[in-house]
Amino acid sequence: MTRILIPSGALGLGYDKEALERGIANAPDLIAIDGGSTDSGPSYLGRGVSKYARSSTKAEWKGLIEARERAGCPLVIGTAGTCGADSTVDWLLEITREILAELGLSARIATLYSQQDAEVLVDALETGKITPLPHAPEISAELLRSCTNIVALAGAEQINAALAGGADIVIAGRTTDTAIIAALPLARGDNAGAAWHAAKIGECGALCATNPQSGVIQIDIDQEGFTVTPLADGAFASPHTVSAHMLYENSDPFMLYEPGGHLDVTHTHYAQLDARSVRVTGSVWHPSDDYTVKLEGACVTGFQTIQIATIRDRRYVENVEAWCADILAKHGAKTCDRLGLLPDDFSVELRIMGISSTLGEIESRKVIPTEVGILAIITAPTQERANEIAKLLNPYLLHHPLTQEEEQPTFAFPFSPAEIDRGASYGFCLNHIRHLSDPMEAFRLEFHDA
Amino acid sequence: MPELGQIVQKVRSKNAGPFWLTIDIFCGDSAAFDRVVRGLGTDRVAALFRAETSDVKRFDIPSLNVVKFSLPRPAIQGTPEDRDMHGAGWAPLLAEIEIN
Repeated sequence: MTRILIPSGALGLGYDKEALERGIANAPDLIAIDGGSTDSGPSYLGRGVSKYARSSTKAEWKGLIEARERAGCPLVIGTAGTCGADSTVDWLLEITREILAELGLSARIATLYSQQDAEVLVDALETGKITPLPHAPEISAELLRSCTNIVALAGAEQINAALAGGADIVIAGRTTDTAIIAALPLARGDNAGAAWHAAKIGECGALCATNPQSGVIQIDIDQEGFTVTPLADGAFASPHTVSAHMLYENSDPFMLYEPGGHLDVTHTHYAQLDARSVRVTGSVWHPSDDYTVKLEGACVTGFQTIQIATIRDRRYVENVEAWCADILAKHGAKTCDRLGLLPDDFSVELRIMGISSTLGEIESRKVIPTEVGILAIITAPTQERANEIAKLLNPYLLHHPLTQEEEQPTFAFPFSPAEIDRGASYGFCLNHIRHLSDPMEAFRLEFHDA
Repeated sequence: MPELGQIVQKVRSKNAGPFWLTIDIFCGDSAAFDRVVRGLGTDRVAALFRAETSDVKRFDIPSLNVVKFSLPRPAIQGTPEDRDMHGAGWAPLLAEIEIN
């Protein structure tokens, strides 16, 4: 049996300290926490930075390093620093060294690097070692070279290589959310279907239980199945809360594809074990012949400048869609004329906040609100050009009349200057897998005694 | 006719990675589940989101009283055309669809 303690769904979201203490008292074999996700968009991978504040990351990581010391077991973080690029692994390594020095502790740290060299990937693409997943964008050698960062999602094998090297603390770059939990039970010969299913259930912390914000859960994986136990006061797992978690952020609630195979929970059985815990059996792991890892890449898609104006005049609010369409036509023509551009050289969008800014054309319920916000988004190949195009737009947002005859109107602006440069805008440009002859082929492992 | 959101417990939409969107309808009980299974065709959901019906994956899960739809994101997450980084805004639109 292998006992994994999971403090929360992500480092930076906070965890219940009392519940964590209970978990330490239960003598876990490993403490695992996820450090990242693509859910906040491509900018973090594009820039190779963390979404969460350094101060928050350090405070929570310090608590876990202390917990590890007392529990006497390894501590593993996957997808360090939101995106798991080499830069965020090194960022967390630096934070870890600071914490160990402050606490007067020593530890053997493993860093697992998941970043991919573009030229290696170009070779892999040309030799058929990179293949698309459904609905993947077209890729080329040129696109691979244009990515600012590309990572591969490590699985259990790479985490186990770090643990086998005697690491007390593993700081992993991009991994699958589940790999850090599944690794140790797999290495110890527990049931593979149970290990991967337990990992999927546990990767978001207590989201698989009642009181989902409480964070801390404990999972025991053995030869037949696994048991999930939330540790915070007022948190309970039921067959419903646990089985429903397979739905979460998963396009197929019965299958989960991982490096080296896939998990099938079609015939899984969930049973209430006691008031707090659920026992899960019957999950099946199907190993694949081919070892593949998913790739994630981000590239710059342009530079953006935005502006925000608000409109309170009832007549303008009622006619705001026509007003926006007229502005886009006039401003587009002026931009082409003044800057010598073609319409495809830039893009301008006016999103009407209060009417359709979330859903756009598919919005089905439109009412006339008290006021609307206009969010103008200008995208161009350089920041300077995006800013210039925004400056050409400003007079329209400020004074454009609905008809030629009326007196010049003026609208509200919250900021001066009205133009806000957003910097580079990034896009996820890979939805592909890389075929490996050895799990470590695409990853690097380093050890540091700190 | 009532709206979907009035007869079920919860409708939730989330990203399933940067390229897919997934929508979970938690019906609450088997009566509401049966009503959703009968009254909400995949073609209506596809039309609402302007997707191809063949691209929409559907899962009717009686053990959870859940109906789940997954479809390719209309705009890849984070592109300039994407309005909703976390895919949160799709659930309320579906919750307002009328159901028999």
